[in-house]
Amino acid sequence: MNWMQRLEKLDRRIIFVIMFIAVSIPVLVRLDMPIPSSKEVDDYFDTIEKLPDGSPVFFPADFDPGSVAELEPMMRTSLRHLFRKNCKVICFTLWDTGPGVVDGIIRDEAKRANKEYGVDYVFLGFKAGREVIMVQIANSISGVFPQDYVGADTKSLPLMQQVDKLTDTKLIVNISAGYPGTKEWVQQVRTRYAIPMLSGCTGVSAPEYYPYYQAGQLSGLLGGLGGAAKYENKANEKGEATAGMPAQSMGHLAVIALILMGNVLYVVNKKKAGTR
Amino acid sequence: MRREVPIIITIFIGWVMVLDFFFPWISGTATHMRDWTLVLIAVSQMLGVANVARINLDKVSRGHKDAPYAVMLLVAMLTMIVLGVLMPKSATIGGFTWGGIEGGSLFDKIYNQMYVPMQGTMFSLLAFFIASAAYRAFKIRSPEATILAVTAVIIMIGQVPIGSLLWDGMPGLSAWIMNVPNLAAKRAILIGAALGAVATGMKVILGLERNYVGGE
Repeated sequence: MNWMQRLEKLDRRIIFVIMFIAVSIPVLVRLDMPIPSSKEVDDYFDTIEKLPDGSPVFFPADFDPGSVAELEPMMRTSLRHLFRKNCKVICFTLWDTGPGVVDGIIRDEAKRANKEYGVDYVFLGFKAGREVIMVQIANSISGVFPQDYVGADTKSLPLMQQVDKLTDTKLIVNISAGYPGTKEWVQQVRTRYAIPMLSGCTGVSAPEYYPYYQAGQLSGLLGGLGGAAKYENKANEKGEATAGMPAQSMGHLAVIALILMGNVLYVVNKKKAGTR
Repeated sequence: MRREVPIIITIFIGWVMVLDFFFPWISGTATHMRDWTLVLIAVSQMLGVANVARINLDKVSRGHKDAPYAVMLLVAMLTMIVLGVLMPKSATIGGFTWGGIEGGSLFDKIYNQMYVPMQGTMFSLLAFFIASAAYRAFKIRSPEATILAVTAVIIMIGQVPIGSLLWDGMPGLSAWIMNVPNLAAKRAILIGAALGAVATGMKVILGLERNYVGGE
């Protein structure tokens, strides 16, 4: 086995080190990169921007700690944008391991925007039932969630006295890491009740939601950390997604370099084997 | 009767759910049925917890090689149930909140300082495994594999800011791939799957499909 054949079968630990170095460079050296927007992100921004001030917004945050790095920045920016417009946010999650993360984010952003719990926003916690919950909550939110995340009577909260059905809200903003998530919300709720809907999702699930966006069932779409970074720039709220873009860029470049190198070695070694 | 009763229940509920989509007069019945579903799901969650406990207790009592992990699981599960469900919110010792699930409680601290970082670590490891897998798997062995590799490279570079630094047209090209070829394929898959689901659903609510009760 010559050195080129050995290189083609490179030990994966060396690849791990290459990847580690690639994502570490932006930590050591400051890299400023322009972040151009895209139509789906512009539409996401414009949909919230065009909401009348003080509109009630339904905010299912369907993710767990595994997707926090990708979805937390877009959730924070969406909440900042909504709170800036004095929108009333009704949040809950259909992911059993999600409430701890979602509760922390919404309370943090509400505190930052000086919003009052029960008046400007509520967090209802988790309920098992997936699609059934989606349909039931359209008829009565307090029927599905008689108590909020910390056990307070939902009907006693001033916001929930004004809003008890999904149709009382003006917009659905879904932050989604998979199933149950955006696809199910579109199928069970958006189609049936025709309430405008936005989706912020992981990069890996974004291609699956493009048909819904192009059909107008989603008014806007944020795909992965890249989508979140574009939205942060658009909303003038630069945060973790923008900060993460150089590291993600270097990571992608490293993977592309490895693919090219693997293919060059494959072609060369194949030719050599053919001439032998 | 063991087969007929479940089939009759399925057919009845299936028709109610379909009709609920088109006729508002049946929505009250449909809403009641969905409420029952939520109760059943809640009970099934409790059964799930009981089953996990039973299997792991069995492993511990038989001295199975995974017994240490089973003990760990049982201790962790019991701790979270006691802290989150059984311990009253007012349970404070030395100014520290032991009960409840609110921010600052012990439940919340264990969740945010143990579970969240562990899940984040598992997810971030993907970056390293994807790099290794891409190096080995994305080989241009056939025309189809070449198209796949080229498309992957364009999408990867087009989705990050460095793509527009390398070439102005890269984000546009990446967006075109997502909006045209990707969309055409995704839409075909979606519509095909939806038609399949409709066909299967019709077979179930017409009583033609009975495999789910262990029949023909």
